[in-house]
Amino acid sequence: MDILTLFNALPGAVAQGLIWGIAAIGIYITFRILDIADLTVDGSLCTGGAVCIMMMQAGNNVYVSLLVAIIAGMITGLATGVFHTFMGIPAILAGILTQLGLYSVNLKIMGKSNQAINVGKYDLLVSLRYIKDVAFYKNTIFVVCIVLIIIIAILYWFFGTELGSALRATGCNGNMSRAQGINTNSSKVLGLMISNGLVALSGALLSQYQGFADINMGRGAIVIGLAAVIIGEAIFGKVFRNFGLKLLGVAFGSILYYLVLQTVIWMGIDTDLLKLLSALVVAIFLAIPYWKGRYFTKSNVKKGGN
Amino acid sequence: MLEIRNVTKVFNPGTVNEKVALNDFSLTLEDGDFVTVIGGNGAGKSTMMNAIAGVWLVDEGQIIIDGEDVTKLPEHKRAKYLGRVFQDPMTGTAATMNIEENLALAKRRGARRTLKSGITKKEREEYRELLKILDLGLEERMTSKVGLLSGGQRQALTLLMATLQKPKILLLDEHTAALDPKTAAKVLDTTELIVNREKLTTMMITHNMKDAIAHGNRLIMLMDGRIILDIKGEEKKQLTVEQLLHKFEEVSGEEFTSDKAILG
Repeated sequence: MDILTLFNALPGAVAQGLIWGIAAIGIYITFRILDIADLTVDGSLCTGGAVCIMMMQAGNNVYVSLLVAIIAGMITGLATGVFHTFMGIPAILAGILTQLGLYSVNLKIMGKSNQAINVGKYDLLVSLRYIKDVAFYKNTIFVVCIVLIIIIAILYWFFGTELGSALRATGCNGNMSRAQGINTNSSKVLGLMISNGLVALSGALLSQYQGFADINMGRGAIVIGLAAVIIGEAIFGKVFRNFGLKLLGVAFGSILYYLVLQTVIWMGIDTDLLKLLSALVVAIFLAIPYWKGRYFTKSNVKKGGN
Repeated sequence: MLEIRNVTKVFNPGTVNEKVALNDFSLTLEDGDFVTVIGGNGAGKSTMMNAIAGVWLVDEGQIIIDGEDVTKLPEHKRAKYLGRVFQDPMTGTAATMNIEENLALAKRRGARRTLKSGITKKEREEYRELLKILDLGLEERMTSKVGLLSGGQRQALTLLMATLQKPKILLLDEHTAALDPKTAAKVLDTTELIVNREKLTTMMITHNMKDAIAHGNRLIMLMDGRIILDIKGEEKKQLTVEQLLHKFEEVSGEEFTSDKAILG
């Protein structure tokens, strides 16, 4: 266990964490703001990657490819939204249905289960190779940081608008929202679209970063995203009160997740066990607020008549 | 202002739990009417309000608000005509949003929500002045999350939100039932103040007969999804609890048994 190997691997972990941070922010929107656990993301992450790689292979500019990937992701969110609102399917099941359907869709987009893209032949925005020994403005960590800042700024603005406020109200209290004339169904669909658009963008960047899109790349995306959300809240929740900072906290949570993951790998754990480990860690962190409420709060109920 | 024509609503039809909640129910409200609604549990009071608000669609009949047939309109589209305050203080507000954001949401009731700013500086000033009327000190806490407020404060705020855009009809569904007597009295005073100032057409469900008699210009009593008593004008002004109980026994042929309704 050479500590230098770990240090060498850390910048890569940060880059990956940042890219996943975009997906985590998408998941934050559904999970925390809309109060929906959206499983579409396991499929839409791959959709984003597949669309981006195929677009670039067809000779399109990287920015156009990213944009189309985002739109594709939004359409997956629209599908889940329609399943949930128009067809009355519970949100979790709606997400699972879309996710399953996307497996076929993603295969059809790529034509096979894996499509590679060569960093030497294509002008990529981010890559494994752009971590060390490149000009700072080409460095993947720098590029993704800029993308994240732009996304957080746009979301900060959006959730302050009338439409964004309506979306927040929908997630908080559906009865109140409808009584105030908010169409909670369209709010939910819109939120799912924004969320999956971000997840697809994350997938598109991830496939460029690793140099390929793979049919299994989104497996467990919801868990990684939730881990990032939970770690971010646990560590920065007390300091980051502002909405923009909360989103930043989620991105930091994602980086931390990948740093810890890298360290665990360095320590020599059987990598087959990583997903099990992630699932257990997320399960425990999700349980903590419940346990706190159930076993560790002092009763607020006043004793005796008064 | 409001016309409910022969509305019927059956819950769980065809099952052992079948319940005819509204039975060929009709009611007409004039502009500026303040109707108090009483009746035992399961009489159809809340069902009537939910029918007006469009929480679900009715099985039969028509609901007309200010000349427009809203029978088939979904809840969020009817919202532009209606101000609503609920029994549970949690229902009327968004707990994770702050006071001014809640008011701003209510201010846009009935309007298209666009990408314009969710709250403007001018609005903040307006809300500050309006909150002063409540006399709860909320004008100093406009950026506090509503979840931090007490039940009474939340009901008062919901009341303000319901009337921020003048509604065609204000629907109060036992909005003081979950509050302690002192707070309930204060929220009722505020209700009276706002209703009088804005000359609102109002419907108020209450469990408390004294409140039902003390407020409004008309009183209706519901039983089994129908109106069994309708008292208005001079008669309503002279009404006492004893008379009301007597009338109830007359029309229903049974004794009024709910202590809660009598003693409040």
